[in-house]
Amino acid sequence: MIAATLALPSIHYLVIVPVLIFFGASLFLLIASAMWRQTVPTSFTTAVTVLAAVATLGVTYFQWRDLDHHGVTTTVAHAVVLDGFSVVATAVIALSVALAALVAHDWALREKVRGPEYQILALASSAGAILMTQANDLIVIFLGLEILSLGLYVLVAIDRRKTESAEASLKYFILGGFASAIFIYGAALLYGATGSTNLSTISYFLGANVLLKPGLLVAGGALLLVGFAFKVAAVPFHMWSPDVYEGAPTPVTGFMASIVKVGAFAALVRVMISGLGTQLATWRPILWVLIVLTTVIGATLAVPQRNAKRLLAYSSINHAGFILIGVWAGTARGSAATLFYLATYAPTVVATFAILTVMGGLGDERHSLESYRGLARRQPWLGASLAVLLLSQLGAPLTAGFYAKYAVLASAIDANGVELALIALLSAAIAASFYLRWAVVLYAESDDELDATRVVVPRATAVVIGAGVVLTLVFGVWPGPLVTLAQHATLYFIP
Amino acid sequence: MHSSLWLSALIVLPLMGALIAMLVRKLPGASYAVAVAVGTIEVVVSLVVAALYSSHVSNAGTFDFVSRHVVAAPFGLAYDVALDGLSLLMVVLTALVLWLSLLGGRDRRREPAFVAWLLILTGLTMGAFVAHDVLEFFIFFELTLVPCYFIISGWGGRERSRAALKFFLYTFTASAFLLVGILYMGFAYQHQHPTSGLTFAYGALSTTAMSHPVAVWLFIGFALAFGAKAPIWPLHTWSPLTYAEAPTAGSIELSALLAKLGSYGLLRFAVGLLPAAQVSVRPYVLTLAVIGILYGSILACVAKDLKRFVAYSSLAQMSFITLGIMSGSTIGVTGAVLLMFNHGIITIGFFLIIGFLERRRSSIQIADFRGLQGPAPVMAALFTIAMLASIGLPGLSGFVSEYLILIGTFTTHAWWSAFAALGVLASAVYLLWAYQRVFHGRAEGANAQITDASSAERWVLVPVVVLIVVLGVFPKPVLDRITPSVHNFVTQVATAGAFK
Repeated sequence: MIAATLALPSIHYLVIVPVLIFFGASLFLLIASAMWRQTVPTSFTTAVTVLAAVATLGVTYFQWRDLDHHGVTTTVAHAVVLDGFSVVATAVIALSVALAALVAHDWALREKVRGPEYQILALASSAGAILMTQANDLIVIFLGLEILSLGLYVLVAIDRRKTESAEASLKYFILGGFASAIFIYGAALLYGATGSTNLSTISYFLGANVLLKPGLLVAGGALLLVGFAFKVAAVPFHMWSPDVYEGAPTPVTGFMASIVKVGAFAALVRVMISGLGTQLATWRPILWVLIVLTTVIGATLAVPQRNAKRLLAYSSINHAGFILIGVWAGTARGSAATLFYLATYAPTVVATFAILTVMGGLGDERHSLESYRGLARRQPWLGASLAVLLLSQLGAPLTAGFYAKYAVLASAIDANGVELALIALLSAAIAASFYLRWAVVLYAESDDELDATRVVVPRATAVVIGAGVVLTLVFGVWPGPLVTLAQHATLYFIP
Repeated sequence: MHSSLWLSALIVLPLMGALIAMLVRKLPGASYAVAVAVGTIEVVVSLVVAALYSSHVSNAGTFDFVSRHVVAAPFGLAYDVALDGLSLLMVVLTALVLWLSLLGGRDRRREPAFVAWLLILTGLTMGAFVAHDVLEFFIFFELTLVPCYFIISGWGGRERSRAALKFFLYTFTASAFLLVGILYMGFAYQHQHPTSGLTFAYGALSTTAMSHPVAVWLFIGFALAFGAKAPIWPLHTWSPLTYAEAPTAGSIELSALLAKLGSYGLLRFAVGLLPAAQVSVRPYVLTLAVIGILYGSILACVAKDLKRFVAYSSLAQMSFITLGIMSGSTIGVTGAVLLMFNHGIITIGFFLIIGFLERRRSSIQIADFRGLQGPAPVMAALFTIAMLASIGLPGLSGFVSEYLILIGTFTTHAWWSAFAALGVLASAVYLLWAYQRVFHGRAEGANAQITDASSAERWVLVPVVVLIVVLGVFPKPVLDRITPSVHNFVTQVATAGAFK
C-alpha cells in the first residue's frame, strides 16, 4: 500500500553519473579499508580518487554530446539539471580533484598521515560540490553544500597532531554551521514567498506574478546571498578564511580554494541568474557593495601579511570579488566570464598550494614569505613556476589570469558597470604589490646559505605544478577554445 | 603592400633570442653573444623595414605591412600589426636601444637572465609600437612592466626593490583607467554595430560615436595612463627614483624607450581615437606640459646625482613632446614624433656616459666629480655633443624637433609656446652648469686617475653621435617618411574635432 503512494520520480542516469562515481569511489574506499587487513596503502586510495576524477572527466564529454543532441535536461523531479554550465563546472571540479589528490598523496607520505580517510572525505566533498553545480532546487543546493562542508570540517583537522588544525576546523565548523542555517532559513523564506524551492518554478512564478509585498522575497534572497558569501569568503563574511587557510593542512587549503569555490559559485550563479534573474534590480546593488568591499578589503589586508597561506587567503578573497563581478553583470556574458574565471583559477590555485605544500617541509610549518628568499636561484624551475602562478593571479597578460579578469571586467562594462570595473581593477593594482613582493623574494639573494636548503619536489606534486603552469600559460597565450567553450556552455543554460 | 611577416619577425626575433640565451646559459659569455647577435639582426631588420616602408598603400591610408588575425572572437582579441610614419621611428629606436644598451651597458652579474629580460622587453615594446589593435596594444603595453620590474629589482642599486615597486604600481594603477576606457569603447562600438562582433581594431574604434562628456572622460582616463608612463607633470614622481636605481641598461630602456610608449600612446590612442575631446582638454594638457618643462628644468639644476639630473631633464623633454602632440598642428606633431626619436638617442648617449663614469668611480653624485675634462677629454667631447643636441643647437638633431614643436604650437597656442620657449633657455642653463661641475676645474685625487673612454666605449657612442649629427643636418629623408602619416593623422583629427 505504501509503495503505491510513494511515486519515485524518473531518473536520467547520465545526469547524475558524476555524483554517483564520486560517491561510489568514496564508498568503495570505505568498504575496502574495512576489508583490508592492514591500513590501505596511500597509493591505492590516491589511484582510486584519480581514476574516479578521470572517469568523471570522460563522462562530462558524453554529457556534452548529449547536450548537443538533446539540449538541456532536468531530472529527479526537475531538481537536478544537465546544462552546459554544470558540465563545464563538473569537469573543472574533476580536474581539480585529480590534481589535489596527487598533492595530498605526497603530503600524506611525508607527514605519515596514514589511512584512506583523506581521500574518502575528499571524494565525498567533491560529490557535494558537483551536486551544487547541477542543483536546480534550493534543497538540493543545500544538500550539496552540506555534503561538501561536512567532509571539509574533518579534512581541515585531518592531521590530528596539529592543534592549529583542530582550532581551524572548529572555527570553520561553527561559522559554516551558521552559514548553513542562514542559507536554509533564506530558502524557507523564499519558499514562503514563491511557494516552491525549485529554481525554475521560482523564476516562473516571479516572472508571472508581481509581489505586492516583496519583503519575504527580499529577505529570503538576502539570506541566501549571505550564506553563499560565507562559503566563498566575501567581505564582510570572510573572517574565517585566513585562520582556516592557515590552520588547515596545505593540500586541504588548496582543495578549499579551488573545489569549494567552483561549487559555491556555480550554485550562486544558478540561484541569482536562473532563480532570481527577474529580481536583478533588487539584488544587484547589494552585490555591488559586496564586490567593492571584497575586492578592496581583500587586497588591502593581504599587503601586510607575512605568511604565505594567510596571504593567499586574502588574495582568494580578492579573487572571489572578481568572480562575483560576473554574477553582478547578470548577463550570459557575465555567467560565461564567471565560468571562465573559475576554470582558469582552480588549476592555478591548486598548483600554487602544491608549491606551498612542498615548501612547507616536514611538519608543514615553513610558510613565512622569508623562507621563499632565493628559491628561484636555488631551484630555477620551482621558482619560475611559482612566479608564473603568482603573475597569473596578479592578472599579467599572457597568463590565464589576465583573460579571467578581462572577461569579468568586460561583462561588467557591457552591463554599464564602469565604476565597478574601475574599482575592482584598482584593487588589482593593490594586489599586484604583494604578488610582486613575493615574486621578487623568489629571485632575491638569500642571506643565509645554511638555511637555503633545497626542497625535494616529489614526482606527483611536480606533475601537478607542471600541469598548473602549462594550463596557465596555454590559456594565457591562446584563450580562444576555453572562451568559446564557456560561452557555449552558458548558451545551454537552463532558462 | 609589404608582408606583415617583417613586423612579426621584429616581435618574435628577440623573444626567440631570449629563449636561446637561456638555453646556452651554462656556457660563459654565450648568452651575451647570442643577445648581441640578435640585437644586430634586429637593428638590420628594423632598418630594412624603415627602408621598405611606403606611405601610399591603397585602402590602408598611410599604413603599411597590415594584417589582422582574430585570436579569440568572444574577447575581441586579435593579432593586428601595421606600421605608419608615427611608429616607424619608434621601431628603429626600439632596436637601437636594445643594441646599444647591450653593447654599452653590459652587466656581468647573472648575465643570461639579464640579457633574456632585455630581449623580452624589446620584443614586447616592439609589439606595442606595431600593434594596430587597441586591446593588443594594451596587452603589450602592460606586459612591458614585467621585464622592467625584474630588471630594476634584480640588477638595480640599493633601493631597487622600492624603486621597482613604485614604478610598477604607478603604471599598473594608471593603466587600469586605460583598460576600462578601451573596453568601454569596444562595447560602445559593438552596441552601435550590432552585426559586428566585439572588436578593438583601431580603424573600427576610431569611428565610434560618443557623446562629448563621455569622450572627455575617456580622454582623461587615457591621458592618466599615458601621462604616468611618459611622464607628464604631476605624474612623474616615480621617475627620478626609478631612473637613479635602475642599472644602466635599465635606465636607458626606461627613459629612451618606455617613456616613448607613453607619448606614442597619447598621440595614437588618446588624440587619435578621441579627437573631439582632445579639443576641449587641449589647454589643460598644454598647461601641464609647460609646467613640466619649467619644473623639470628647475629640478635638473638642483639634482644631486647624474641619473636624477637626466631624469628631470627627460621630464622637460617629454613635456616638449606632449606639447607638440597636443598642439593640433601638423608641424607640431611632426616635431613631437621626431623629438621622440631624438630624445631617445640623446638619452642613450647620456646614460651610457654616466654608466662609464659609474663603472670607474662607483658613484653618480655630481659632487664627487670635478675636472674630468683633463684626464678624459674624449668622454667630455662626447658628453658635449649630446648636451648641445639636447640644448637644441642648430645643426644637431635636437634643434630641428624642438624648433618644429615650438613653431607648431605657436600657430595654434602662442602663449603656451612662448612660455615653453623659456624651457629651451633653461635647458642651456642646467646642462652647461652640470657640464661645468663635472668636467671643468682641476681634477684631484680619484678624479685625476680616471681613464678616458676605451675604444669599445667610443665605438658604442659612434652611432649615437652619427645620428645626432645626421638628423640635425639632413633630416629630410626621415621627415619625408613621417610627414604623410602625420598630415593624414592631423587632418583626420581636425575633421573629427570640428564636428564637436
